Amino acid sequence: MSGGGKWGRRFVIAVPNIWLILFFMLPFLVVLKISLSEPRIAIPPYAPLWDWVDGALRFNINFENYAYMWEDSLYINAYLSSLKIAAISTLLALFIGYPMAYYIARSPEPRRSILLLLVVLPFWTSFLLRVYAWIGILKTKGVLNAVLLRAGIIDQPLIILQTDVAVYIGIVYTYLPFLILPLYANLVKLDDTLLEASHDLGASRISSFFRITLPLSMPGIIAGSMLVFIPVIGEFVIPALLGGPDTLMIGSVLWDEYFKNRDWPVASAVAMVMLVVMIIPIMILRSAQNKGAEI
Amino acid sequence: MGETILAAEARPWREATQKPFVRIRGISKLFGDLAAVDDVSLDIYQGELFCLLGGSGCGKSTLLRMLAGFETPSKGHIEIDGQEMTGIAANLRPTNMMFQSYALFPHMSVEKNVAYGLLREGVPKTEAMARTADMLSLVKLEGFARRRPQQLSGGQQQRVALARSLIKQPKLLLLDEPLGALDKKLREETQFELIRIQEDLGVTFIVVTHDQEEAMTLSTRIGVMDRGRIVQVGEPRQIYEAPDTKFVADFIGSVNIFDGEVDAAAPDMMRVNTPEGAILCPPLPGLKAHQKVHVAVRPERIQLSRGPIKAANTLQGIVDEVAYMGNLSVYRVRLEGGRCLKVTAANGLHEENPITWDEAVHIGWSAAASTVLTK
Repeated sequence: MSGGGKWGRRFVIAVPNIWLILFFMLPFLVVLKISLSEPRIAIPPYAPLWDWVDGALRFNINFENYAYMWEDSLYINAYLSSLKIAAISTLLALFIGYPMAYYIARSPEPRRSILLLLVVLPFWTSFLLRVYAWIGILKTKGVLNAVLLRAGIIDQPLIILQTDVAVYIGIVYTYLPFLILPLYANLVKLDDTLLEASHDLGASRISSFFRITLPLSMPGIIAGSMLVFIPVIGEFVIPALLGGPDTLMIGSVLWDEYFKNRDWPVASAVAMVMLVVMIIPIMILRSAQNKGAEI
Repeated sequence: MGETILAAEARPWREATQKPFVRIRGISKLFGDLAAVDDVSLDIYQGELFCLLGGSGCGKSTLLRMLAGFETPSKGHIEIDGQEMTGIAANLRPTNMMFQSYALFPHMSVEKNVAYGLLREGVPKTEAMARTADMLSLVKLEGFARRRPQQLSGGQQQRVALARSLIKQPKLLLLDEPLGALDKKLREETQFELIRIQEDLGVTFIVVTHDQEEAMTLSTRIGVMDRGRIVQVGEPRQIYEAPDTKFVADFIGSVNIFDGEVDAAAPDMMRVNTPEGAILCPPLPGLKAHQKVHVAVRPERIQLSRGPIKAANTLQGIVDEVAYMGNLSVYRVRLEGGRCLKVTAANGLHEENPITWDEAVHIGWSAAASTVLTK
């Protein structure tokens, strides 16, 4: 390789690195800095982290924001509730998405493309609009209740909107494609002869599914689950629109701290803790995925 | 296993009274309008190593898959060991299959792959593991039980696949191109290994292959397939020396074929007039004068010499090409009419002056060496 190749390679690596530093590392450091400063009523609404006092550099590092989160049970409850909602939604999405991905992957070619297109079709309209549409469907005098009442399945309208159920429906609906696509990409690669071999060796179709298909699709399950679980923890719009006063999620708490309370340091601390909370499940899933990748 | 009579020696297909082990009757498989398998009937006997031989798309794999239960026949019946197979799912048949791609489960160790069939059958784990260990030693893979299939070489994977398909002691083992993925040297070694295992266990094997050499080495009998039909069934020697049709003669080994018509049916010698001249052949009953026939002559049955040859059929030509293969040489001899014939000759030790390019040569062969084919 010529000398220019070395510089070329450095340049190619430099572009994404600069991008990451500018748009991930720097904002992260800014948030970290704000989370360690003292709030005050000013613009910007926090005290500087360091200043010069009589020619000496003085640091004002303040852990009070973190301590405050520990004292007020609201934050811990919001984290736990977010984790719970994210975990349940991921499981629900998995139960709905796996059969869909499996069906698409097993379909013959022309139909497969159409089905895949249908999966991503909702992205063609605004996400907000689609969540609003769910309000129209789920509200007490909405489409769903009208249909169920007319069909005689229920006597009283169901109260779904502004409950956790509505939040689950909204989240599963919104995030389903993110689960289906990586799962599909995995399942479509599955070698049919493995299932034939399993069948030939005496396993029933159901047994073959649990012993061959399911373990081999684990990397797809993990990738899809990560794509649902991680963003749902910080989800703000869906609980705000479909959830009720009892729906507690860390995203809404964060929003309130920033925009209603204007307490940037506490909001930044909430964001930092959220990052740590998310890193743990990500690490677990990553290590599981690496194990799966050995397959 | 001492009492097992080897089919290769007993040749049960020669006795009309022998009961076939696998009875295939009028089997067809249609994919849309296309008949992948077209009205095939076949009897296979206990302990045979039967090869289904044909080019790609001839229906041999489809036939095998119907025996395994992966495809449902459009017409006809299959009977294995007296049991009708129609409507019986693959997992309930007394057959096992070794796949061309081996289809080893990548997420399981070698041991678990091999034990899979036993565990699905409900064999207790300790017994299943003991039998797996025995099977792994039969295929000489004792030290590899804990490895993953992708950590093994192609030849080792092939043996794992074989062990896995044999562990349930199937009555009938179906092998789809079992040696197809191996390189030539390994394939030759493995052929004999396969025969050894087959004879040790006494299991009936049906092997699908496109490799005629492989079929010749392995099998007790060969069924040659073409466009969904069985065109000839016979022992390897019979298929090679007495092919029924031009297709079989051409497909098995290398052959020179002359198209011509019957001149006159002499009492003990027959003449076929071809563009290259009259060819003397052994008589074949039922031929009429002027009937169109083919004459097949194997390249190794043709003598090659610089001087004139005394033989029933003689021609002259010029050596167009010589391919040195080590043990023998293949010559392409251009006849006066422009047609090329393939002739092979064994290479002697330190041959002083071998026949080479552009030499004028005489070639000849006996009447018995020419086979008359009507189809």
